[in-house]
Amino acid sequence: MAGLAATFGSGAMTNSIGEMEDAEVFFVIGSNTTEQHPLIASRMIRAVREKNAKLIVADPRDTKIAKLATIHMSHTIGSDVALLNGLMHIIIKEGWEASEYIKTRTENFEKLKEVLERYTPERVSEITGIDKAVLRSAAEIYAKSKKSMILYAMGITQHVAGTDNVKSCANLAMLTGHVGSPSTGVNPLRGQSNVQGACDMGALPNVYSGYQPVTDQRIKGLFEEAWGVNDLSDKAGLTLTDMMDAGQRGDIKAMYIMGENPAMSDPDSKHARKVLRNLDFLVVQDIFLTETAKLANVVLPASSFAEKMGTYTNTERRVQLSRQAIPVLDGTMPDWQIICKVSSKAGYPMSYDSPVDILDEINRVTPSYRGITFDRLNNSWGLQWPCPDEKHDGTPFLHKDKFARGLGFFDAREYAPPPEVPDEEFPFQLITGRVGFQFHTGTMTRKVSILEREEPKAFLEMNPKDARRLKLINGSKVAIESRRGELYMPVKITNDIPEKVVFSTFHYSDNNINDLTINAVDPVAKIPEFSCAVSIRRV
Amino acid sequence: MSQTLVVCPYCGCGCSFYIEEKDGRAVGVTPSTDHPVSRGSLCVKGWRAYEFINHPERLRSPMIRDGGLVREATWEEATDLIVENLLDIKEKHGNDALAFLSSAKLTNEENYLFMKMARATFKTNNVDHCARL
Ligand code: SF4
Repeated sequence: MAGLAATFGSGAMTNSIGEMEDAEVFFVIGSNTTEQHPLIASRMIRAVREKNAKLIVADPRDTKIAKLATIHMSHTIGSDVALLNGLMHIIIKEGWEASEYIKTRTENFEKLKEVLERYTPERVSEITGIDKAVLRSAAEIYAKSKKSMILYAMGITQHVAGTDNVKSCANLAMLTGHVGSPSTGVNPLRGQSNVQGACDMGALPNVYSGYQPVTDQRIKGLFEEAWGVNDLSDKAGLTLTDMMDAGQRGDIKAMYIMGENPAMSDPDSKHARKVLRNLDFLVVQDIFLTETAKLANVVLPASSFAEKMGTYTNTERRVQLSRQAIPVLDGTMPDWQIICKVSSKAGYPMSYDSPVDILDEINRVTPSYRGITFDRLNNSWGLQWPCPDEKHDGTPFLHKDKFARGLGFFDAREYAPPPEVPDEEFPFQLITGRVGFQFHTGTMTRKVSILEREEPKAFLEMNPKDARRLKLINGSKVAIESRRGELYMPVKITNDIPEKVVFSTFHYSDNNINDLTINAVDPVAKIPEFSCAVSIRRV
Repeated sequence: MSQTLVVCPYCGCGCSFYIEEKDGRAVGVTPSTDHPVSRGSLCVKGWRAYEFINHPERLRSPMIRDGGLVREATWEEATDLIVENLLDIKEKHGNDALAFLSSAKLTNEENYLFMKMARATFKTNNVDHCARL
């Protein structure tokens, strides 16, 4: 988010899912799309099969989507910036850049050019492990088509270099004029149903809803008036990662967690559990007794999505209405009602008859959601923000004639090796992610029988050559050790993964891979690194 | 038996489908043919999205840790205890000794209210959510 916002002035998916049908080229980086975003993957696959769209995939693993690719670049883990800079170097050398677009719509191009000078195909090939000829064809295919879309997901953001990776994607798109028209753009695929909405609504330490900064005195004044208070803080708060560190130091004494499970999903989750356990007071509000809820002083039982009405914003900025399908389960309460109850008791009364009233208030205080009213949502398939008034039809693609920030800013980034690289003691690179049948920490999906049958246990994927060296067969149990901890699980041998790299998931609470991963974060976006060096032995 | 249109609770694609209700319980899922994203299809997670709703392990009562033991409590008791402790810590250690974590799985309205509570009720900007992408 931070990366795109700095470059374009907005951190959301620039284009729409429907536009994928007419795209000529997809450049997919760091996204295991078929597993994480199945319905977006099927759009892409249809365009490739039926309309001859070309598919370029950059992923160290041979994922399903990589198997369908016109070009699959299995680049070294953590070498994304070098790869993207290398493609841009070739584009400029060959004169494939969009000169007119660069002149009229962007700034700081000279600086980018200067940095790119050093990313010769020879050097990039050495860093990434990708053949020079392959780099050249990928650059040519992406640059020369009119409708090229970049799609990315956690695979490039969950690194210390995450923000740099995103900025480099944005640079590549601007260099070739692939932003601001249909079927182009830079498109982050959000992992959970309402990541986009949680950000839009200001569940972030530095902004109110609609990305209005808490440090801006005028904005603070507007919210004080709307909310009838006079002493809002104008100091940006702490991010999740900083909260955990502050908790460890004893500066954060109490936490209130709604509908999340950081004791499982946080990198270095052992650290997270320790911090949560040491708090003076922890409140958890959820539908199941999650690992986080088990540590709480008070647990409040919430209603599920089907038991309430509300809106969600999908990865293409589409705000949609979800209706109440069944009565509230006895003993539970919808989250919005719980918040009203707690806030009112704490001396700030909140009373809303229904989520419709809350959406009304959101419309009033959030310029990009002003025209997204309940009545319009109730009679449509949703509206894409920005939607500044009730006459506006919503915005399928962003940055049409100019960028949200005015000129697009080329922020040239340099490649830096990942913080923990394999060495003699810990010779394997461990990467973590999701498998198709399970979802995030499994709070919801692990309760579903058919899904449990498909992928019941944690496993470690490994290349056959490495397995042979360690004398392992499918299902052999191994000990995986990092500088932070040790775990045991069976191996699954597969050609989908390169040598010296192993892969596992973080869905299973009885065997949590995040006990091993490193708690280093991207200094800007504060997204943690989900890869680290490990050793593996047979047990 | 009734059918109600909802948004899928899992990934960011934002598919919609109908939940089939029988005797107050969710018993099935039907895709929506006209929806701009799902257009009549769903992935395996979407098809099974109703199963966890009626799961026997759903929490049905507030719970309080009392010494080493965890026991059920009423809503009034549980929320009183929360407010008492949060206000006490705020008083003793300052507003920024509190932190609030919201959810990328809950609605816009709930995310908005939660951040409003952190900011207007407890006067801190220490509010974030778990998924950074
Ligand atoms: S049905 Fe599948 S692809 Fe669609 S939103 Fe749900 S999880 Fe995502």
